[in-house]
Amino acid sequence: MVRTGIIGLGKMGISHCAILGAHPDVNLVAVCDSSALVIDAFKKHSRFQCFTDYRKMIAEMNLDAIVIASPTKFHTEMVNYALDHSLHVFCEKPFVLNPEDAEILAEKAEMKNLVNQVGYHNRFLGTFNEVKVLLQMNILGELYHFSGESYGPVVLREKGSTWRSQKGQGGGCLYDYASHTIDLIHFLLGKPMEVSGTQLKRIFSNDVEDAVYSSITLNNGLRGQLSVNWSDETHRKMNTQITILGKKGKIIADATEVKIFLKEANELLVLPKGWTVKYLTELTPNVDFYLRGEEYSSQIDHFIKCINNSETINKSSFRSASCTDQLISKLISDNK
Amino acid sequence: MERVLFGDNQFFGVNHSSDEKARAQTIRFQEDDAIMAVLDVAIDEGINTFMCTTHDRIGEICNRIRGNEKYKDFKLYPCMPYAHKYANAITELGYLGTIKQFVPGNIFSTFAKGGLAFMKKDFTELAKLMIDAEMKMFKGINTPVIWVQNVITDLLLGLGMTDFLVVFYNHIKEKYRAEPGFITMNLPLLLDTLEKAGIENPTVCASINKIGFRMSGGIKKYEEVIGQKRCKLVAMQVLAAGAIPPKEAFEYVCSLNGVDSILFGASSRANIHQSKSIIDSCSVLKHGPTSKVNYY
Repeated sequence: MVRTGIIGLGKMGISHCAILGAHPDVNLVAVCDSSALVIDAFKKHSRFQCFTDYRKMIAEMNLDAIVIASPTKFHTEMVNYALDHSLHVFCEKPFVLNPEDAEILAEKAEMKNLVNQVGYHNRFLGTFNEVKVLLQMNILGELYHFSGESYGPVVLREKGSTWRSQKGQGGGCLYDYASHTIDLIHFLLGKPMEVSGTQLKRIFSNDVEDAVYSSITLNNGLRGQLSVNWSDETHRKMNTQITILGKKGKIIADATEVKIFLKEANELLVLPKGWTVKYLTELTPNVDFYLRGEEYSSQIDHFIKCINNSETINKSSFRSASCTDQLISKLISDNK
Repeated sequence: MERVLFGDNQFFGVNHSSDEKARAQTIRFQEDDAIMAVLDVAIDEGINTFMCTTHDRIGEICNRIRGNEKYKDFKLYPCMPYAHKYANAITELGYLGTIKQFVPGNIFSTFAKGGLAFMKKDFTELAKLMIDAEMKMFKGINTPVIWVQNVITDLLLGLGMTDFLVVFYNHIKEKYRAEPGFITMNLPLLLDTLEKAGIENPTVCASINKIGFRMSGGIKKYEEVIGQKRCKLVAMQVLAAGAIPPKEAFEYVCSLNGVDSILFGASSRANIHQSKSIIDSCSVLKHGPTSKVNYY
């Protein structure tokens, strides 16, 4: 049993808390949040030890692992502290605000041989994993363009008062939404290196951008578009889609389906000429506990598996998340 | 509970297999008339229960149904809350802002019921106030079963906060004189948990389909638990988001002794008719044509 604690009981933290609470290999023993309201609710109604100071929690609870789901600006300090105390760390996305810190923390975790993971859950979706396999089989031939898009209805009016709406705290569409899209591009196509023509657009927020548009160049030379907007109420919830174009065809994928168009049939993969649509129902393995999408349970399960079996290579390490942090800082510079 | 219940996902752009189809449905059901027309078809086909989320637009549907002779035998099964409303509010406003927005009255005034509960950090009372806020739109409507959505049921299950599930159960029974229902993606765990909390033979709605989609812990475990008949059970996601052809899908759930009702949603008369007929024909052998679960 992996003795685990959580820092931060916001929307993501509380979801991790439930998933960990139901996990057969996890003993979730402690939670920590700075909000008296939230901690009082947990004190009264949960079985976990409750803390408002994470250092105290780490000192007293003899943890093996920690999940950090606090506002992004606290990540560096908390991750560093946890690594110093030899804890395996799962940190919410985006990893950290200063990309140099990301590299230092990745280095430290690797040196100490601690499992380190960032919560980019798209890496655990059946549909996107299918795309990765298809690309590895070179199904589209030489790639010539991509577009990574995420849209959703978060800020729809001119108000808002949480850390997500404040500059310098990891708020804004770039950190909250676009980080997922960038990470997905990295996961499927290659490491994003350069950006140009970036527009960080304010629509309703006073302090942060509500949309991100840019051109991205990957380490393999492939170029494509990034288009992200969290003030788009034509989407019921966050929707991330990737379109990949190659000389032999095209793939359009989101969380629910993979649409493949091939100019010629692929006999090896038994895919016909023209369109094939694969749905998440055939691409998604069952989880032991379902809360809000298999990917949320799968990523936690993977974290625990990596702790219990040192041979397992982490699918969303600090090192790979650091790449997203670096690109975010390039997008900010390019917008100036 | 009738054998066949009509769902509402198709009206609000919820489609578990395709975001594109979901968008097309959102466009089609932009006007309330379009929803009412499909409900009328469902009634024509002999389905008299509409299981619907507490989406703002259901308020309008309630206004059409309320007091209308045509719908006097029509029942609504509210499912609360419409989670995205809260999730988006938490991202935008934080927990406190969300409570302020959704708990009626001024939570900072101790003279208001919500304010008192808030000051005392009485979360049980706050939960009841939020249930009441969700139920407001159903005033004057026949709602014999009232459900809590799977995202909340399963969140509370994972957190081990069973006491809130009990609060919901008792509040629905006491204040609304209705049967409380739990929607879940974790049927075996839910039943174990509720039984430990003293809730026997609850009403539960779970994903049940031939390919094991969203049946946490696996189809074998589910079949075993269903066979034990420890709850009044509604099967949802029977078609596994369209992955199983209707005949095969309905035959499977109808063959399970322990499934009382089947929930499905559809937008066209042809699909509604087809689904209802298949369920009826598969059910006659096992349950008789008018089989119902009686609560009281």
